[in-house]
Amino acid sequence: MQHDLVKAADPGHAAISDVAENKEQTFAARVFASQPFWVTIALIALVVIMAINEPSFGTVENAANVTRNFAPIGIMAMGMTVVIITGGIDLSVGSVMGLVAIVAGLFLTWHYPWYLAFAMGMIAGIACGAVNGFFVAYVGMPSFVVTLGMLSIARSLAVVFSANQMLYQFGPDAPIVRAIGQAKWPLRAPAGWAPQWMPELSSHFWVMVGLALIVGYVFNSKAWGRHLFAIGGNEQAARLTGVPVDWIKFQAYVFSAFTASLASLLLLGYNGSAINAMGQGYELRVIAATVIGGANLMGGAGTAFGAFIGSAFLEVIRNALLMAGIDSNWQGAFVGAFIILAVLLGMQTGGKAIVAAILERLLPKKHR
Amino acid sequence: MALLEVRNVSKSFGAIHAVNDISWSVEPGEVVGLMGDNGAGKSTLVKLIAGNFPPTDGEVLVDGEVCHFHKPIQARAKGIEVVYQDLALADNLTAAQNVFLGRELNKGFWPFRVLNKQAMVDRSAKLFDELKSETRPRDLVRKMSGGQRQAVAIARTRLSNAKLVLMDEPTAAISVRQVAEVLELIRRLKHQGVAVILISHRMPDVFAVSDRIIVMRRGTKVADKATTSTSPEEITGLITGAIRAA
Repeated sequence: MQHDLVKAADPGHAAISDVAENKEQTFAARVFASQPFWVTIALIALVVIMAINEPSFGTVENAANVTRNFAPIGIMAMGMTVVIITGGIDLSVGSVMGLVAIVAGLFLTWHYPWYLAFAMGMIAGIACGAVNGFFVAYVGMPSFVVTLGMLSIARSLAVVFSANQMLYQFGPDAPIVRAIGQAKWPLRAPAGWAPQWMPELSSHFWVMVGLALIVGYVFNSKAWGRHLFAIGGNEQAARLTGVPVDWIKFQAYVFSAFTASLASLLLLGYNGSAINAMGQGYELRVIAATVIGGANLMGGAGTAFGAFIGSAFLEVIRNALLMAGIDSNWQGAFVGAFIILAVLLGMQTGGKAIVAAILERLLPKKHR
Repeated sequence: MALLEVRNVSKSFGAIHAVNDISWSVEPGEVVGLMGDNGAGKSTLVKLIAGNFPPTDGEVLVDGEVCHFHKPIQARAKGIEVVYQDLALADNLTAAQNVFLGRELNKGFWPFRVLNKQAMVDRSAKLFDELKSETRPRDLVRKMSGGQRQAVAIARTRLSNAKLVLMDEPTAAISVRQVAEVLELIRRLKHQGVAVILISHRMPDVFAVSDRIIVMRRGTKVADKATTSTSPEEITGLITGAIRAA
């Protein structure tokens, strides 16, 4: 009855969509609205400008260098994205790197085979993630507090285990460890087939690419990925619909620690030594990369591509400033400004409203 | 046989008797309005049926079978679905993703077992169509009107072919037009033979769709009347206690 009344009062029968302005988004519209897309544009612009103005920037050597430098951050950004999508945060990744490097380094100095050393490092890292995951998912503590605690614990353990010494006498398997960390592909002549213009990309970069593809696949095509987003969007709703919320959150922290361990072992190989300070301050760089790439700290949004592009963007800014001869002390200011700018522009409504308001102030077209 | 029968059910939390010796039943395809003031025991009764906790005394029967639920998932297995007041939707996901949340359709074989997105979109579109709702499966819930959100939450209950749907204040805090939409959705459910228990404070809504109205006051049932044989004035009196019982 009531329904008929409403209809009678509305002879035009306007469809809900005409009134509510919620047209189904086209693919192009979704792309244009996405933060990673605009960061990619900014990144390309930055690279083009630098390549034109600074000859040493556009070299294949620099390309290989930059891609290797941001790869560990990119690898960890994949794990961080998973955690951030659930609405959490993992501050412990930098310290976990240090602990993993020391544990693996110790086993190498005791002349164990490299795979055993790497496995022990990995176990140590994943154990940290499991502790994080247990307290966050099953005990219900805030992720900030738990992982802040782990940041302190893992670093401290790394210092204790290493007796505050640098580990570098790796025994018989040292060449293999180094080969893993320093491997490149494709190789140029005489060792390989790659033409002169192609950068020799490091193993770090390829690991990151592989991981990004896997994470992207899981986000898009697996129920597990779908559940991550649901937990970040409305944890209670996910619980009520039968999603194993606690188990998935636990796995998210374990995965984050796994990525930190992976990055740590690659860096250990590249350096050919292990120091307990490895990864110090990396957690903030990783979070910055993830956020620039469009992950929402409130949970429910994030992409593998965003994590990749965010970490690339951070490193290219750093590298560009260096190449342009700007005092390296300015790096922090630039990076910080870009974090705020990226998130501001990525805000669905707020960002655009603020930008519009600023433009209105600066260029008052008409008086109201 | 009644679809749902509540037999001499009581529930107490410590010294507080939230629900006291209540009996009633719901037939298939029946819409029952459950009314009462705040603290009358409506929510406790609903939670008993939805399986949040078992009763202290008495029995809940589904299709003549005694059921003691400890978790909502057990009630769902028996064909009882709940549309929560906050709808329990993840608004960063699309309508179709929400409808299938927790019971996604997959295709292929492990480890390449992937979500069957097209099938989920198609099935959701069909459900919205059955509900005569103008909700599109690929729209984000965040961008939807209150009525469309209700449609998503209700479509979710249709997915499992629920026999009984409990709706907690579905028409609170939405616009007049959306209320009409939600009431139409309830009629659709009834039309498909689904029983609906509608918990609401809004007298006109309950009178518009319900076959029967049950009034609770201080944990007891004070009235159980066919909607046609009562009036909003009488129900108001029963809720407030001005009329002791009917």
